[in-house]
Amino acid sequence: METIVIEALVRALAVGTPLLLACLGAILNERAGVVNLGVEGLMAVGALAAFAVASASPDASLWLAVGAALLAGAALGAVHAFATVTLRANQFVSGLALALIGTGAAGLLGKKFEGLPLFNKVPDWTLGSFTISPFTVAALVLAGLMAFWLSATRSGLTLRSVGENPAAADVLGVNVGLVRVLAVLGGGALAGLAGAFLALSYRSSWADNMTGGLGWIAVALVIFVGWRPLRAIAGALFFGFLFYLQFRLQGNSGVPTEVFSAMPFVLVLVVLALAGLRGQAGDAPAALGRAYVRGER
Amino acid sequence: MRFTAIAAPSAARTALVTVASVVAALLICALVFRLAGQAPGLVYGTMLRGTLGDPTGLAEVGRRTIPLLLVGAGLALAFRAQFFNIGAEGQLLLGAVFAAGTALFVPLPGPLLLPVMFAAGFVGGGLWALIAAGLRRVNVNEILSTLMLNYVAVALVTYLIAGPWKGKDVRGYIYTDTFAPAGWLPTLGGTQVHWPTLVLGVLLALGLQWLLTRSTFGYALRVVGENPGAARYAGLSSARIATLVALLTGGLAGLAGAGEVAGIHHRLLEAGQISLGYGFTAVIVAWLARGNPALCLLTAPLMAVILAGGDLLKIDLNLPFRVVDVFSGVILLCLIASEVFVRHRVQWRGA
Repeated sequence: METIVIEALVRALAVGTPLLLACLGAILNERAGVVNLGVEGLMAVGALAAFAVASASPDASLWLAVGAALLAGAALGAVHAFATVTLRANQFVSGLALALIGTGAAGLLGKKFEGLPLFNKVPDWTLGSFTISPFTVAALVLAGLMAFWLSATRSGLTLRSVGENPAAADVLGVNVGLVRVLAVLGGGALAGLAGAFLALSYRSSWADNMTGGLGWIAVALVIFVGWRPLRAIAGALFFGFLFYLQFRLQGNSGVPTEVFSAMPFVLVLVVLALAGLRGQAGDAPAALGRAYVRGER
Repeated sequence: MRFTAIAAPSAARTALVTVASVVAALLICALVFRLAGQAPGLVYGTMLRGTLGDPTGLAEVGRRTIPLLLVGAGLALAFRAQFFNIGAEGQLLLGAVFAAGTALFVPLPGPLLLPVMFAAGFVGGGLWALIAAGLRRVNVNEILSTLMLNYVAVALVTYLIAGPWKGKDVRGYIYTDTFAPAGWLPTLGGTQVHWPTLVLGVLLALGLQWLLTRSTFGYALRVVGENPGAARYAGLSSARIATLVALLTGGLAGLAGAGEVAGIHHRLLEAGQISLGYGFTAVIVAWLARGNPALCLLTAPLMAVILAGGDLLKIDLNLPFRVVDVFSGVILLCLIASEVFVRHRVQWRGA
């Protein structure tokens, strides 16, 4: 019994890791007022960048691979920042385009890596009787740091003010555009890191569509956790556990497989509806999704 | 960089910016092909020669125009009302499911079968979109809900064709029995262009344009989309408009799904074979048409060239079908990023 509980927890943590990293990234740019629905695409390019660098040679540096993923995520994020902050394009549609570009370009450019082995996957850490990925630990630490930074530091407050009331922040001398661009770059980098975890640690391989909808769930998760980094840990664990159940119950429960593959998405809908009914959607940063133009409200 | 608003942008300016953004998108895609190790000239050449350059290719473009026209015309309407339905893919699948269910299990006299299949398709797609409209009332963003419903629709189709609806004589593969011939649509000689659906698409695109510009409902819809505050003040219920719009767009996507199974496949089969990404591509069809259903008569064939071209790239140049996603994404991004140049004059110096 005890081993089952521990196994469930370890597996939930593992699947929850990319969800948590991507969700933290989305919280970062949404707290500054910018929605980025392109997380799925950002994760895909992050995964590809990490895998391409790591598989370059048997002794390629894993740090370099992780760095490449961060850069790739931030680079695609920069496209979103330019379109939505500079050119004031619709944030939702730009994010959708980004998701298509990211998954499409990763599938196109990554084709030559399909089925190749990874020589040097990121080694798991052993803690007593179970193992844990360094990415998981990093994600948990990052959640704590981000919670502290957002609530207790001056720069964190600046970021939030840009998402809540950009006009007021502007009057106080904050460069609203710059803060938003930086937040989107940071959010992109974190989504890229989520992809790196999939490519270097969790699956340690490359396949088209390896993100499998996790990015979309991360976007929904942000609303569920009310834009709070610490709650994101619980949210990611919850959905990680669902994926574990899907894996665990498949084939030996008499329930059709498709029920399990649809379950996370149905649950996202249920959870979003509950969050909406509880009025949690009202926790959203007040200027979320709207371009800031000086002189307009 | 400084933007000065233009009160009423001319049609010429709008057209110029739209064309320029599509050209920019094609240049960016050329760069991606170069990165993927393909000569852009060869890629575009292959796409054009194989789609517009020969009769078979043209028929392939026609076949893909049909669902893009139906779905795109509906989405054009939805976007005007600020209802961002991204779930046409799922609504199309539900239309296919309802139409196939009718063809397989409802005993109807021959001549009635096809009309009832299409009606069922409309209902299936419409109901799927209504879920999103309902969720919007409790503040669930419709982009997220319609996307999630896409995944659920794929699972539903797979379940049906692998489980309760699996064909009697089918071994190994998963699909249903073939429909009775009364449930087959006629096609233009030797092609897969099921012309009754095409005619339906043309009529509906024109009809929706009329609805949007000439009817009270269309007026209410535009007010809700352009100025929600004024709409509230005038007593227009944006929730009710959203529900009606969802029903219409979802229904049209459902008709497209019915057309695909009745016109081409004659059975229900895997989601990826019923829809070749029509739901997402139609978003661009609608956006290119700038929210005018009738203009989809031009933009749907245009995007159909890209879809049919993507198939050719897969076969001729061994590129993954994902190239279509890159095309779609880059065109969409360039379109919305260029919007600012339609409504504003730009001065590059001074802050």
